Amino acid sequence: MAASHFLSAASLDHVVLERGEVANSWRRERWESLRLLTPNWQSRLPGVSYDGPDPDGYMAAGEVAELIERFAKVARAPVRTSVNVTSVRRADGGYQVTTSDGDLASLAVVIASGACNRPTVPSLAGAVPGPVAQLTPFDYRDPSQLPDGGVLVVGASATGVQLAAEIQRSGRPVTLSVGEHVRLPRTYRGRDVLWWMDRAGVWDQRHDELDDLTRARKLPSPQLVGTPERLTLDLNALAGLGVELVGRLQMVRNGSALFSGGLRNVFSLADLKMNRLLEAFDEWAATTGAGAVTAAPERFAPTRVPPSPRWQIDLTSGEIRSIVWATGFRPDYGWLDVPVLDAKGQLRHEGGVVDSPGLYALGLPVLRRRRSTFICGIEDDAREVIGHLARTLGNG
Amino acid sequence: MTTVDNGVNVEALLGAREVLKGAPEAAAFTWRASSKWAHGVQSQVKIQNYFGLGEEQSHKSESVFDADHPEIFAATDNAITPIEYLLVGLASCLTAGVASVAQNRGIQLRSVEANLEGAHDIRGILGADSDVRNGFNDIKVTFSIDADASKEEIEALVAQSQKRSAVFDALTNPTNVTVEVA
Ligand SMILES: Cc1cc2nc3c(=O)[nH]c(=O)nc-3n(C[C@H](O)[C@H](O)[C@H](O)COP(=O)(O)OP(=O)(O)OC[C@H]3O[C@@H](n4cnc5c(N)ncnc54)[C@H](O)[C@@H]3O)c2cc1C
Repeated sequence: MAASHFLSAASLDHVVLERGEVANSWRRERWESLRLLTPNWQSRLPGVSYDGPDPDGYMAAGEVAELIERFAKVARAPVRTSVNVTSVRRADGGYQVTTSDGDLASLAVVIASGACNRPTVPSLAGAVPGPVAQLTPFDYRDPSQLPDGGVLVVGASATGVQLAAEIQRSGRPVTLSVGEHVRLPRTYRGRDVLWWMDRAGVWDQRHDELDDLTRARKLPSPQLVGTPERLTLDLNALAGLGVELVGRLQMVRNGSALFSGGLRNVFSLADLKMNRLLEAFDEWAATTGAGAVTAAPERFAPTRVPPSPRWQIDLTSGEIRSIVWATGFRPDYGWLDVPVLDAKGQLRHEGGVVDSPGLYALGLPVLRRRRSTFICGIEDDAREVIGHLARTLGNG
Repeated sequence: MTTVDNGVNVEALLGAREVLKGAPEAAAFTWRASSKWAHGVQSQVKIQNYFGLGEEQSHKSESVFDADHPEIFAATDNAITPIEYLLVGLASCLTAGVASVAQNRGIQLRSVEANLEGAHDIRGILGADSDVRNGFNDIKVTFSIDADASKEEIEALVAQSQKRSAVFDALTNPTNVTVEVA
């Protein structure tokens, strides 16, 4: 719909196809307690922004759906809901779009089908013994759905830490399997850490300026949660709740889950990276004078290493009754019949300009800048990508 | 700025990374060792050839390693114990990583030393307690590094070297091992 906003502004005739309803992912694919990890003032879409009483708060999923609904009205986006796109293929000078509601021919196609269509589950899930229940974040609604007893949460990024905390609080002992992760405090020097990301220019870093774009695009989501108390939900906080930390899940062999013995090092890597980021914030604050409007610099305790992290758990013993796979999400391009995917199934594109004339993408991680991963990144991305599209069609 | 030289050809490594990104066949290496029983619990292992970059390769010369067990194990102690070879591998792999990462980050190293300790409960291998594992219970590596860098930069070198270490991975993560009789 952000694309639609700029297409309308350029007087380009277009239609937005949606297989479900407006804001489908926020209505159907999120757990009950989910709030954005980005603060309200960052939830802005072209021409629509948060105007409620609590700019520093975090929207619940339903509120995000309302915001997007409002945006659809303001943008007067020509959305056709319940239209599933089943194929897009090249056809003389443009694209042939096959849908559940007939075919369309179009000069250009903007892929805005989302970066998180399916939960990623590692193939070792197949070796988990039958009696252990397995859930993805799309299946998970709230802890009461899980059997009583131990829960193994695999993955310690935003989804994993949030679910681990609420499941532990429900009285089910949680073991959290931790691989590489991004540790962040909720607030730094009295401000939301994402205020710093925004203001200090970290989120403005462009895709063509980054040392390792592939890495930046694969970066896991930060360990953040949006709560009214603005609590930090790092691994120390989780350990404080009683969550047991173990290494990355590497293998399930003879019914036993085997975890990496490299847990200490993923802690060190995350602590070092967080401290480097905080130093960069301090430098920025010192040079711009922003330090005057924020509290004094602070540093956080290193991630505490458990005395002897377990590297194996027998999944047949009854200790673990369910596993929640918080191992990320991936896009689904099953309908895209244009050869533009790389060997790993990711779309090949240069800042949203896909390697096929007239084909564009929006809403992917670090599409054009770090901010692109988040809702607040769409406005600039859509303006620039649709600008390219308009120029190309204009010249055509 | 003075040029940093730790003796690591980082350009060649980065070049290889780019080339191998698109050539997984060439990246498939096989390392080989051949062993022969000497007597008692002593054996000799020889290493010379390996496979990589799509063809047979050979070290400049053959290396010969003897392994035995200590006298307190009622053995002849003509050489180090096999499990100590794991420490050899880990120490040399992490040290190579430190040097490479330092070179890549423009950090001049003056000295890099590491002390390794592998805690081992031998009741496992003796079959004295079936709850005790055979291998190391815990390995501790302590680096002492003198370099033109801050403490944080040195910690980051050591963290990154673990992240890219073959032996660290082989020791910390399970590997399928097939042992057959020819
Ligand atoms: C668990 C979770 C938490 C998140 N939290 C935050 C947060 O706190 N802050 C933030 O800024 N971002 C967050 N994000 C990222 C967030 O999803 C995006 O910022 C934003 O919702 C992406 O919008 P989108 O329109 O690009 O994708 P989506 O919301 O995924 O929308 C894509 C739409 O395309 C439709 N579609 C897909 N395929 C087809 C097809 N073949 N035919 C027709 N229609 C199709 C889908 O039904 C869907 O409605 C989160 C993501 C997840 C998964």
